Amino acid sequence: MTHETKRKIEGFVALFLSTLAAFMGLFWLIFILGDVLINGMGALHLNFFLNDPTPAGVSGGGLRNAFVGQLMITAFATLIGVPIGVLGGTFLAEYARGKKLSQIISILADIMVSVPSIIVGTFIYALMIKPFGHFSGWAGAAALAIIMIPVVLRTTEDMLSLVPWTLREAAFALGAPYYKVIIQVVYRGAATGIFTGVLLSIARVAGETAPLLFTSFNNNFFSMNMNGPMPSLTVSIFQYAMGPYDDWHAQAWAASLVITLFILFITIGGRLLLKWRYKR
Amino acid sequence: MREWAGGSRTWPIDILTNMAPSTKKNPIDLLFAVLTAVSSFSIILLIAGILIVLVFESSLAIHKFGVFNFIFTIDWDPVRKIFGAASALYGTMVTTVLSMLMAIPVAVGIAVFITEIAPSFLKGPIGVTIELLAAIPSIIYGMWGLFTLAPIMSNTIEPALQATLGKLPVFSILFKGTPMGIDLLTASVILSIMIVPFTASISRDAFNLTPEVVKESAYALGATKWEVVKNVVIPYSKLGVFGGVVLSMGRAIGETMAVAFVLGNNHQITSSLLNAAATITVSLANEFTEADSDIYLSSLFYLALVLFVLSFITLFIAKLFLIRAERKYSR
Repeated sequence: MTHETKRKIEGFVALFLSTLAAFMGLFWLIFILGDVLINGMGALHLNFFLNDPTPAGVSGGGLRNAFVGQLMITAFATLIGVPIGVLGGTFLAEYARGKKLSQIISILADIMVSVPSIIVGTFIYALMIKPFGHFSGWAGAAALAIIMIPVVLRTTEDMLSLVPWTLREAAFALGAPYYKVIIQVVYRGAATGIFTGVLLSIARVAGETAPLLFTSFNNNFFSMNMNGPMPSLTVSIFQYAMGPYDDWHAQAWAASLVITLFILFITIGGRLLLKWRYKR
Repeated sequence: MREWAGGSRTWPIDILTNMAPSTKKNPIDLLFAVLTAVSSFSIILLIAGILIVLVFESSLAIHKFGVFNFIFTIDWDPVRKIFGAASALYGTMVTTVLSMLMAIPVAVGIAVFITEIAPSFLKGPIGVTIELLAAIPSIIYGMWGLFTLAPIMSNTIEPALQATLGKLPVFSILFKGTPMGIDLLTASVILSIMIVPFTASISRDAFNLTPEVVKESAYALGATKWEVVKNVVIPYSKLGVFGGVVLSMGRAIGETMAVAFVLGNNHQITSSLLNAAATITVSLANEFTEADSDIYLSSLFYLALVLFVLSFITLFIAKLFLIRAERKYSR
């Protein structure tokens, strides 16, 4: 075999293997999504959304309580986390722009994004559950908010940095104070980006289970009391999937389908929005 | 892109008084500046708070078991109230290393495919696929692992591994026991599927930063496509790829729900990959609400502290690499 053919064969094999790797990624996505879709469709009746869970082993229950609980926890987490994240990102990109301090906080926020979410759960447990002796929806919302803050903060910082500095100078030249420039010029320029960041952070926390396990815990009954244990879809999935009943398993699949579709929908929507706004 | 003003040392209060380019005397502006500053300091506050709270809560266990003793004690016995992190650390290490071994080649392969091989009409869809895989919540992976992957592993893959690799002298200790599907191997496979997207997308971004000119000069010398990837693209972007790998490792160490379903939470150190085990995260998820004594709960907080320190250091190293990579490429 000549040197040239050897090089050609080596190249062909290597490129073939990486093509294979790419299609393997595609394969897993289709496998997992297909599985969730097929198994989830089975239990996806109207009753699933309208009924509360029945006693263990009795069929016909739904997860209305978990849907409402999840919505409330996520909504309050968004209300706490988004303002702090957006304001924090504003500080890094505007008042502290280019400073070492801004760099350090930015790095720490990046690390916080990847810190195991279960640790946030233990942190909130120590602060909000142990002293009061009972689980609460507020604790769950706080845990999710803590996970949201660094995500929103970093995207806000990046999006504000994309707004051209000359735009601010134009506003300064008209005599506007900095806060007015930020709110009326910079935020407007970056609105789509910030909104997408918020959307993606909601998608991120909507699938979180670990930080809810011992903060909002679970509740088999319909509850809108944020001071008591609150059911959530993800924790219900965990409980039902680990349980012994086929009916529970079917409902866990259905709940997974709903969550997965919700998250994929938001993720794709967010990406399209960004593309539409920045890559025209 | 942002420009850094330089490395001068600045304190927060200086920033608030000096930085605002327009007005120093507007009280509302100062108020808004303080508000945003406080919000961004919440990150530092959170990290410090988590560290302090975890140390405080685990003080009972730190006092009783010490540091080295805790890390190297294998026992995890709620009845005799003896707790050690060794078995959970071992599980975390094995699943992380094994999943990285499986994920890195695939992830780099995907990145090579997207940047160098794929025709442009495939680049978009495959890229989106990878991003979507990263967006699927870990509990979905976990449940899929329990109901779909575990049976496949116990019925097909694990017996096949026993019949082939398990017959070899050294590998045989890795594949002893009855294949149940609820074990270290299954957990590692799920983890690797979860990690691939992170590693792949960071590697892709790093590959994309290789200047076209450098690649073209290699082609001009008669290099094949693979030689360009191997000798130009990968050496050029290795810092970024390495940062991505360490970042994914940090994620793997802290991943909870994807492994919680298929690991069995059995505190033991086992040489066989076909045995149930425990990781730090799985122990926390399963036992936190069941802890019935103060020392038990305190030991769990201690485990969380160990996990926090471990993943923080890993992520910090990853971030350092990524920053260095960014500086190198922007030059």
